[in-house]
Amino acid sequence: MDNEIKKTCLHDRHVALGAQMSPFGGFDMPIQYAGIVEEHQAVRTACGVFDVSHMGEVEITGPEAEKYVNHIFTNDVTGAPDGKCFYGMMLHPDGGTVDDLLVYKRSTTDYFLVINASNIDKDVAWIMLHADGFDVKVENLSDSLGELAIQGPDAERVVEEVIGLKCAELEFYTFKDAEIDGVPVIVSRTGYTGEDGFEIYAPHDVTVKLWDKLMAAGVAPCGLGCRDTLRFEVGLPLYGDELADDITPLEAGLGMFAKLDKQFIGRDALAAQKAEGVTRKIVGIELADRAIPRHGYEVLNEADEVIGTVTTGYHAISVDKSIAMALVDARYAAMGTPLKVRIRRKVFPATVVSKKFYKKSYKK
Amino acid sequence: MSQIYYAPTHEYIVVDGNVGTIGITDYAQHALGNVVYVDMPEVDDEVEAGQDFGAIESVKAASDLISPVTGTVIEVNDALADNPRLVNQDPMANWIIKVEIADPTELDNLLDEEAYKAICK
Repeated sequence: MDNEIKKTCLHDRHVALGAQMSPFGGFDMPIQYAGIVEEHQAVRTACGVFDVSHMGEVEITGPEAEKYVNHIFTNDVTGAPDGKCFYGMMLHPDGGTVDDLLVYKRSTTDYFLVINASNIDKDVAWIMLHADGFDVKVENLSDSLGELAIQGPDAERVVEEVIGLKCAELEFYTFKDAEIDGVPVIVSRTGYTGEDGFEIYAPHDVTVKLWDKLMAAGVAPCGLGCRDTLRFEVGLPLYGDELADDITPLEAGLGMFAKLDKQFIGRDALAAQKAEGVTRKIVGIELADRAIPRHGYEVLNEADEVIGTVTTGYHAISVDKSIAMALVDARYAAMGTPLKVRIRRKVFPATVVSKKFYKKSYKK
Repeated sequence: MSQIYYAPTHEYIVVDGNVGTIGITDYAQHALGNVVYVDMPEVDDEVEAGQDFGAIESVKAASDLISPVTGTVIEVNDALADNPRLVNQDPMANWIIKVEIADPTELDNLLDEEAYKAICK
């Protein structure tokens, strides 16, 4: 494995725009351009575009593609129409999460997987390992595909008018194969912001061309900084924060994406955990103070015993409150439970609340 | 006649007699972006040169505030509690704490304006 930091096909563009760059998932990525708050608001109120070319893509084809995807994936793709997207996880046999991912069903013999940048090497090795004995071909397309996420209430208009792709007919969590200048691309009505939006997977040269068009049309470039504040406010998990090798989907509150009535790697461990009840859980917490609970800070009960840690926290932009997601002892997970968070030298009172801090506006 | 010194960690201290007024530099507020919280000590707290006396937080991260000198806090800028963004608007006018300086010789370890500007390049 090489440890050299990678660049997306849009790296030069980000630098030219004066973006603040920082390593993320092995890539030198734009954190912000105009500022996290401005970019966050652009996505909530109009439209913004993210370079998410760091994300990994893996294609699984062959007569047993469907059987194989169902074997490694918690969600159930059987019987679904072509063109459907699924969210779910790949699990270790003990129920811990290898990664969370999107699965695009092209046909029963062709699936397209979108995985986290930080997990590309791990996931590809995992996928290859378990493909043994299945009549499938696994192809890692991560180095050849770029990805743009166009997000916000104006996203449909932007994709149709600026990019020239018909997309109004796409329903939430569906996709289609399309062409731009004769080059095949995938466009899906998906995203990671809680707003309506689209994601476009295309070869690097096309990705750069689309980015330039979007910039020329005045669409706000948005960095990973606001991508995190946006996903956090609507309670979406980030692998490495709310999900990890030692956190199960049930603990993360994502049980609805794990279909226990079918077989998949990790299913039995998950079924057992469900029967016994989880011992820890991701919850939302809210502070009365402006102090900000950050990833890794300790969560305490009223007796000042450590009962968990913060997984993500912000002074949230859309709701103007200091809120967090935290992995806590399940005995303290009920709504309204009084807790405390240690922030540097001080301890602040907090309350367990719903982690849907801000209402999603998907177009369904 | 007051004199200004800078720490390489991007705090300034304006010294007037034995009182030092400490805040973050314009370079620092710009690099941080929107300030959303300033964690400040209380009056009578002791601060130590090179040690953190609080933190300043942008949307994405918390940065320690490092005291340029040893001393005792004599005033905190309470306006920042309700309106932390004042730091972005004018970081010189919107200082964070005032301290009574215990050892003025510590000021010799700090940077003057020219030396500070050089490290910001």
